[in-house]
Amino acid sequence: MTDEVLIPKVGVVTDVRRDTPDVKTFRVVGTDGKKLFEHMPGQCAMVSIPGVGESMFSITSSPTNEDYMEFSIKKCGCVTEVIHSIEAGQQITVRGPYGRNFPVEGAFKGKDLLFIAGGIGLAPLRSVINYVRHFRKNYGKVIVVYGARSADDLVDIDEIKNEWSNEENFEVYLTIDRPQEGWNGHVGFVPSYVKEIGLDPNMTAVLCGPPIMIKFTLQGLLELGFNKTNVYTTLELRMKCGVGKCGRCNVGSKYVCKDGPVFRMDEIDELPDEY
Amino acid sequence: MLKIKVQDLNKLFDAISEKEPLYMPLEKAGEANYGLYKTGEKTALDVLKTVKSAKDLFFPQSETIVKFKTEGKNITVEDIREEVKPFVLFGVKACDFKAFEVLDKVFLADPVDTYYQAKRNACTVVTFACRRPEESCFCKVFGIDAANPVGDVTIWKDDENLYWRENTEKGSKLTESVRYLFAEGGEKDVQNQQEETRKIIEKLPFSSLDLSYFENTEMMDIFNRPEWQKLSEACLACGTCTFVCPTCQCFDIREFKASNDQIIRYRCWDSCMYSDFTQMSHGNNRTTQMQRYRQRFMHKLVYYPENNGGLFSCVGCGRCVNKCPQKLNIVKVVKTLGGKKDD
Repeated sequence: MTDEVLIPKVGVVTDVRRDTPDVKTFRVVGTDGKKLFEHMPGQCAMVSIPGVGESMFSITSSPTNEDYMEFSIKKCGCVTEVIHSIEAGQQITVRGPYGRNFPVEGAFKGKDLLFIAGGIGLAPLRSVINYVRHFRKNYGKVIVVYGARSADDLVDIDEIKNEWSNEENFEVYLTIDRPQEGWNGHVGFVPSYVKEIGLDPNMTAVLCGPPIMIKFTLQGLLELGFNKTNVYTTLELRMKCGVGKCGRCNVGSKYVCKDGPVFRMDEIDELPDEY
Repeated sequence: MLKIKVQDLNKLFDAISEKEPLYMPLEKAGEANYGLYKTGEKTALDVLKTVKSAKDLFFPQSETIVKFKTEGKNITVEDIREEVKPFVLFGVKACDFKAFEVLDKVFLADPVDTYYQAKRNACTVVTFACRRPEESCFCKVFGIDAANPVGDVTIWKDDENLYWRENTEKGSKLTESVRYLFAEGGEKDVQNQQEETRKIIEKLPFSSLDLSYFENTEMMDIFNRPEWQKLSEACLACGTCTFVCPTCQCFDIREFKASNDQIIRYRCWDSCMYSDFTQMSHGNNRTTQMQRYRQRFMHKLVYYPENNGGLFSCVGCGRCVNKCPQKLNIVKVVKTLGGKKDD
């Protein structure tokens, strides 16, 4: 019988890492111990605990990681609530990869890259940032601006501090919303921080985070002289099938699951404001 | 062309169903719907519109897609797909048949939906030309000829005979198996009937509906029309329009525990008219009924055509015209936003 996309593969959670009070990162392999499938940065997968439900998550790990996939998942609904309760050794189901990835082998090549993330918005960006680190010579300067509500809400902070900060031609700017004991870094919201840093508007920018952050950060970037055709983001809508058939993530003539989740800002401008 | 006396039709149905499962309009509880024919069943071939369309046969209202067994921390995936045995779908009107083309472009697009494909391939479709379309019909607007549908076999019926024309290889096979029940002839009768039917179609109130506005206007201009508010105000969000619609294809995927260790995951029809259709834990991108109502019609008249070479996701069957409890329907939308207002 031919393959059916709606039938998932079984994956094994081999490691659960608590990133923040409401974010955990799950490491997943197939039952044979190998990576379940290949993907590109920005693509998503349907993760499920049978009996509870299926939800779409961005694949947090870089495709250059040959051993496993990782999903950073925020506890915020019925499915994620249960996912957060699982321990290493638990089997889950996964199907994918779905959607259009960041153009890491296209428009991003040779460019200076600016990544701006808020909260759990780092999850899809971690995949592309680590991909860029792996093929470092293919890209120019990299700047990461990452903000969260508090220092405790910064996802993957160990990797950011210990690995990203040591890269050459690679700048990391962290900020938290309110002052906090033990934090001597920047305090303030991402959109205003972005304007303070002094960014080159010729960089290619990637934004990911809560809609309100995207809205104001984009405004700031446009004021700085960025062009919408060089600014990328990801959309997130409810999905069931993941392949443009169930109708849920339809906006205009696009389906976010297959035509997205990665969109350029000028492409988003052409969509009805229902995302 | 072949013909068979109407009083011999039950022999025909029996003969087909002896060979392959036969699905056709049957009367149950006073309503006509497609169902599995068994000898003695009350058929409803003469009913112009079944309540639900024929899409059920390829895209059932509810269907299991996969099963899981759990044991401790382990999961086994059970592929429940089976080979679909050949079956006959009998009596499909031109509008419902055109709807299969609309559905094909969704379900057979890459990656193919194998559940739909298996049923579609296994089916021999016998279409049934309309003799007397009624005032809620407007298939003509979508370029459909109700008097001459295609499919594997086409049938026409008058008070004396049923006329039979095979169109495809599948149709020939079916014909062969029941050929002994038929006599030759009927071309002239069919031709006369077609002429009569086309005359009726010309006079139908919605036949002059004009879709050119939707073909020639920018998406955002249509989307931003202020009339959507008024058009949608009476909508109850009952979803009847989507359930009776032959082209609506939105579905949900759900699951339940069938026993302690077995989980059944199934898909079922869903409706973009429902408030939880786009509900996520972090919010909802369509919070008002106006937005949901607009989405349905924008999809049928603008988004779907844009993705499918101008093909509309409406076939003018008129079921929503008859069934909407608030008398809201696609005809009203077309007329209000750009159709002819003189009818």
